[in-house]
Amino acid sequence: MIYMDNAATSYPKPDVVIQAMTDYMKNIGANSGRSSHRLAIEAGHIIYETREAIAELFNISDPLRIIFCSNVTEALNLAMRGFLKPDDGVITSSIEHNSVMRPLRALEEEGVEVTVVNCSSQGFLEPREIQAAIKANTKLIVLNHASNVIGSILPVAEVGEIARQNDLLLLLDAAQTGGAYPIDVEAMNIDLLAFTGHKAMYGPQGTGGLYIREGVDLKPLKWGGTGSRSDEERQPDFLPDRYESGTLNIVGLAGLGAGVRFVLAEGEDNIRGKEKNLTQKLLDGLTNLKGVTVYGGLDIDRQVGLVSFNIDGLMPSEVGFQLDEEYEIMCRVGLHCAPAAHKTIGTFPTGTVRLSLSYFTTEEEIGKTIEAITKIASK
Amino acid sequence: MNKPTYGVVLFHSTQAAIKAEKILKEAEIKIKLIPVPRHLSSDCGICLRFEVDDVLAVKSTLASKNVQTARIHQL
Repeated sequence: MIYMDNAATSYPKPDVVIQAMTDYMKNIGANSGRSSHRLAIEAGHIIYETREAIAELFNISDPLRIIFCSNVTEALNLAMRGFLKPDDGVITSSIEHNSVMRPLRALEEEGVEVTVVNCSSQGFLEPREIQAAIKANTKLIVLNHASNVIGSILPVAEVGEIARQNDLLLLLDAAQTGGAYPIDVEAMNIDLLAFTGHKAMYGPQGTGGLYIREGVDLKPLKWGGTGSRSDEERQPDFLPDRYESGTLNIVGLAGLGAGVRFVLAEGEDNIRGKEKNLTQKLLDGLTNLKGVTVYGGLDIDRQVGLVSFNIDGLMPSEVGFQLDEEYEIMCRVGLHCAPAAHKTIGTFPTGTVRLSLSYFTTEEEIGKTIEAITKIASK
Repeated sequence: MNKPTYGVVLFHSTQAAIKAEKILKEAEIKIKLIPVPRHLSSDCGICLRFEVDDVLAVKSTLASKNVQTARIHQL
């Protein structure tokens, strides 16, 4: 079995992740922030240590400015719905996932002005196009760090500089990069960073969050119990409580903390280096195959560990089915929840076959995958 | 030997209390997370107890690390 669907969720997870979750479930189990007994405090430690690890990963100075959410979609909704008001302008790119596009289209119906800047057919963005799209009412730029369809990496630091110079906020969707590609909220001028826990940060599903720069106030996405200010019927104004109503996914956060510490211990450079090498091998193996079209810039320095392709005369779903049935290779096929991205690269409405790897993928698996696709394409 | 007298730092958020605990432990100040004493109204269920002689060290360490506190009381 070869799992090549890590851009959907990473598998396998490091053993330490499973151990941390089991340890919490078996030995701690309590809620945090409500009671004050030792197990409640232990649970609080787990949550805080997860914040700390993420703060280290993204160079965030105050771990309390990281808000935990159920996934990156919720984090993006909190950021965009919490910040944008009617008549505000927002700029985004044409290769965004629906986790950005759908909330923006919903906000558009409420009077927010949405400008979509076109990327090249290889999925790249020219920072000057962002600069040119800025209007008097523009308040926010929303970008994904890397496309979930073709893996192209966007010039975040350059756009962050543009945002800073024009007094705009930058919201980054790091779903495909957090843990696999360096992110520094200071160096890149990121004001709001939405991340998922279950991909390259190696946590379980149901984890994710939002970093909110000091001085940025958002309207909460939900209101409710926080364990703090219990005498008050109004939502507290301090972080993280303001945005973390209700019991957190503590078992998930135990796993996420272990996942991020795993990434920190292995070293992001090592992880990125290995994934680059594997991606290059995959690109080398596929680009010269007759009847196979590989999408994107084919530039390993500007691509994360995912490769999208099609085989002449076959629908992506047929390729995916053959890979699974005959070769036990698992991938994702179709539109990958990003219609605008497919229009940009010219694969709408058919979609692509997407192979996505992780730190746990081996060279042997890449070799077998290339072999299988070679056979399918030559039939 | 006299039993030390204690002070407590109250925080708005449990997570802030835990952050403070970590920072003060690293600064080797003797502290313990305890339930907020009943006679002190509070913003969260736990607070940090310290030996009252360390009050200045507690205050300056937390301030230097930008930890927001609600109030400080002597027990």
